[in-house]
Parts: sequence; C-alpha cells; structure tokens
Amino acid sequence: MNGPVKLTLQALAILAACVAVAVMPSYVDLFQLMQFTLFCSMAVLALSLGFIWGFGGILSFGQTAFFGLGAYAYAVTAINFQDSTPAILLAVLVPALFALALGYFVFYGRISDVYLGVITLTVTLILFNVFNSTAGDAYAIGSARLGGFNGMPAVPTFNMPFDPSSILFPEQSWYVTGGALIAVYLGLRLLLRSSFGRVAIAVRENETRAALLGYDPRLVKLLVFVVGGGVAGLAGALYVNWGAFVGPTIFALSLSAEIIIWICIGGLGTLIGPIVGCFLIEYLVSQIGTQQAFNANLVLGAILVVFVLLLPKGLVPTVRDLLLAAGRLARERNRRPAGEETHALPGGHPVGAE
Amino acid sequence: MAEIAPLLETRNLTMRFGGVVANDDVNFALEEMELRCLIGPNGAGKSTFFKMLTGQLTPTQGTIRFRTHPIAGNLPHQIARLGIGIKTQIPNVFNGLSVRENVWLAAARAARREASAKRAAAIVDEVLERIRLGGLAEAIVGQLSHGQRQWVEIGTVLAAEPELILLDEPAAGMTDEETARTAEIIREINRTRALIVVEHDMEFIKMIAKKVTVFHQGRIMMEDTVEAVLADSRVRDVYLGKKVAA
Repeated sequence: MNGPVKLTLQALAILAACVAVAVMPSYVDLFQLMQFTLFCSMAVLALSLGFIWGFGGILSFGQTAFFGLGAYAYAVTAINFQDSTPAILLAVLVPALFALALGYFVFYGRISDVYLGVITLTVTLILFNVFNSTAGDAYAIGSARLGGFNGMPAVPTFNMPFDPSSILFPEQSWYVTGGALIAVYLGLRLLLRSSFGRVAIAVRENETRAALLGYDPRLVKLLVFVVGGGVAGLAGALYVNWGAFVGPTIFALSLSAEIIIWICIGGLGTLIGPIVGCFLIEYLVSQIGTQQAFNANLVLGAILVVFVLLLPKGLVPTVRDLLLAAGRLARERNRRPAGEETHALPGGHPVGAE
Repeated sequence: MAEIAPLLETRNLTMRFGGVVANDDVNFALEEMELRCLIGPNGAGKSTFFKMLTGQLTPTQGTIRFRTHPIAGNLPHQIARLGIGIKTQIPNVFNGLSVRENVWLAAARAARREASAKRAAAIVDEVLERIRLGGLAEAIVGQLSHGQRQWVEIGTVLAAEPELILLDEPAAGMTDEETARTAEIIREINRTRALIVVEHDMEFIKMIAKKVTVFHQGRIMMEDTVEAVLADSRVRDVYLGKKVAA
C-alpha cells in the first residue's frame, strides 16, 4: 500500500469513527450507551499502554498505577472545586508527573526491562495498599475524604468547561468520551509521525544504534513513558465520570493484566489494535456476565492461550497482512494476459501469519 | 603552539574485565584528516578500543581526548554529538525499519544543528545514492543480506556527518566488487574527514592504508607504514600464531 492511499484510508476510518460516535445515541438504548462509554474510557487506557509498549518498547505491568492516580486526582479535585475543568487537567498532570519521577529513576538508572515490569507492578501494589488504608476523617484532601476501602462515592461528573452548573447528560458524556478516544488516537498517530515519534521507534528497534547516532535513549524512553502516564490518567478521569465513583480496586492487578491481554489480542505495535482488543474483550466479558455456565476469567484465559499460540501478532496485524497479501495476489492476476478469468479473491491463505 | 594538537589522543588507556586486560596502556594519536588502519589478531583489543572511544565502555584507566574534549567515560550519545561515528563489527542497524528511515534517523540528528528538515532530506538522498541502495530505499533492513546491511550501517554513519569515522571490519561479508567499492568510498571520505579502520583483509588494507597500527594482546605492538608493517617478521608471527620473541 503506498503512502497517499494509506493516508486516505486512515482519514476515512477516522471520519467513520466520528460519525459512529455522533449517531450512536439514536441507535442504542441508554444502558448500552453507558456501556459503550465505559468501553471508550477503557480503550483510552489500552491506547496508553499500546503506545509505550508497542512504540517505546516499554512493558509496564502497572499501567493502572497512572490510571488510578488520574482517577483519584480527578475525584479529589472535582469534589474540592465542584468543577470538572481543573479536575480533568490534574487527572492528566498528576500521573504524568508521577511517571516522570518514576521513569527518571528507572531509565536514568539503567534498570533492565524485566525489572521495569517488576517495579511498575510493585508500585501498583503499593498504591493499592496506600489508598486502601486511607479510611477515616484523617485522610482527606481539602473537603475530599479518600475513604479507604470504600472509596469515594458521589464524585461530581463532567460539566461544561468552567460552568459547574450545567452537568453533562449521559449522551453528552458519551460524546466527550468517544471524542476523547478519537482525539487521543489522532494525537498519538501525529506524535508517531513527528521526528520525536520516529526517534522513539528507533530507540525501540535498537537502543545502542540510536545512542551511537547521538540520541539519548534514556530521555526518549522517559518522554514516551510520561505521555503514556498522562493518557492513562485521562482514561482514569473518563472512568470516574462514567461511574461517579473511585475506589482502591482501580489499582487491582487483574485490570493491569487485562490491558496486556487487550493489546496481545488486538495487536502490539499498532494503535488501532489495543482499541479493537479492548472493545472485543470488554464486550465479551459483559456478555458472559449475563449467563452462569462459564466463568469470565476462564474464557479470557482460553482466548489468550489461543491467540498466543495461533495469532501471536494479534488481530489487526494479521488482518492487515492478509489484506496486503490478497492485494498483491489480485494485482499479479491482473497483470497476467487477458482471457484468464479472475476468480474470487483468495482469502483463506494465511500468508505472513505465522 | 609549536605543533597542531591531534584530532584524537589516548593516554595510558587501559580496560580490564576482571582479570582479563583487554587494553593495556594504549597511547594512540590520530592527526586531522588522517586515515589509520588497525590490525591485529582476534582478541587483540581493537573492538574494545573502539568501544571506549565511542563511550560503550568506560576505561578502567587513562584519558581520551577528542580535539580539546576529554571524552573517556562520556555516554555514547554525548560522544556521537561531538562528531564521532562508528560502524560496529556486527551490523548494528534498525532492523524493523526501512533503509530510508535508517539513514534519515542519522541525517535528522546531524541536521538538527542547522535545524533544517530539507537539509536532512537532501543528506538522505545523497547517502542512498552513495551506498547504491536507492532502489531498495523502502525495503525493510532486516530482510536484506548481510553485505547490504553493512552498507546501510555505513550509510547511517555517513549521514550523521561525523568528524571522525570508526569502521570496524567494514568489508566483512562483502563480495570482491563491494570491497573495492568500500575502499573507494573510504578514500573519498578521507578527503574531508579522519578515519580509523579495523580490518583483517590485508588486500583491503593495501588498497586504503597509509599508516597502520598493530594491536597485540591489548597493546600497540608497532605503528608504521603499510609496507613496513607487512614486511615485519613479528607481525607475521602474530598473525600466524607464533610466539613473539620477548
């Protein structure tokens, strides 16, 4: 696929996504709309890890640390100001600064990839325990009580910017959340096209070579990590807006693991893959929840095993390879002399799908 | 000053890995615009020497000066920004990216000094032409042959426009024709820049070398013209594996 065609297709896909967000409320009922709002906020979280893992080569086992910090930062600020505008800003800023501090020690301390996983995992556990033990009046920031294990109920949801009196309706919240997902996707796509994004991919490919060309891999990875932290924090704010509640279980390891599963299934090294994986799995889990025969975790585990064994690249890269192979085949057939009938497209050949 | 300061100078440079002494008290100097060949059997310490020059290893002892900057112990990217480029022994490229992207990444860093995207694009086209991979510009580097990847790496080094270029076995895995082309490019680069080349292929050395430094057991054994070095009996003994007369 050449450049302009690819760009046009991408622009069309984004346009389609915008239209889908716009018309969704008139096609589904409120319950489903709320559920899609949740999926979209989770997809933003998936994008944050998909970005740092797929393009920065940083596997964080504790992306929920930033997600949870963003959620708490949003809740505390929203309760204190009774306005979501500064709360959303802080929900991005606080986790980004936390990522900056944590990332500084990890990357400038030359800690290897394996330990990065261990450290992020541990940080998540520590945050869980910290927030879990904040019960009582002593633990309050301004007028916001952290609430320990019970969490913080009745968090003000989004309002019109700088206008706390007009709270958003669920339909408007859907537009904001869906819009945020598209905006984050576009933002990351543009970032990856910029010089910085290209250098980040180069560092993922070969750190030594990047350094020998004069790029500082520590700084590049740190910046990627900070962007990922900020995006995860935004997802946290969107999540609290959906449920008007935040509790320490937001730091749970099961969610951290789930993000990794979304990305494995959707496709590592793409931006659309994490979104697809997140929507599929979340939808599946919610459907399994409506019956009793199967346990959701059992099904999730089985799906992960099947994907790791049969489609290790994930859905999006596999489909892309198939389409590219089909396109190549079709072109070759067209090039052949006339008289030879072109039959139906060969779709079943798993070319390139090891 | 009575004489011009050398471009690169090492004093008492020593690298120990536990009990193994990879480089022992190396005093080395390279003039501006000089082309120097390093030879020596495997394990003589040539690659270790290169790694210290580029910051991949921190010397146990001794100093390295590039122009006026002491660089021993600096990080690789700091040294690269001062203007030292290296092609490592094993092709060290961005395997998952296209040839063009590989070269662009080097050119973009170099062009950053002039803050010009156009300049980077111009360098990329020029380098692709020079390494004769224009036709494969969009190919993924990991799918190319060993020789072609060598060229890609040489291309990235050229595109970064360093003051001093280090080449560790540039002709390894190349055909005779490619080797001749490499020698031609090296002579061409040498018109404007200094180079240090590590190579085992004596025919190749004869094509390019003026002055040759011989490494043996981590030390500099001798330093002379290519004819004198090749005629030296100690050098031949070292390469043939005989014991050097103490």
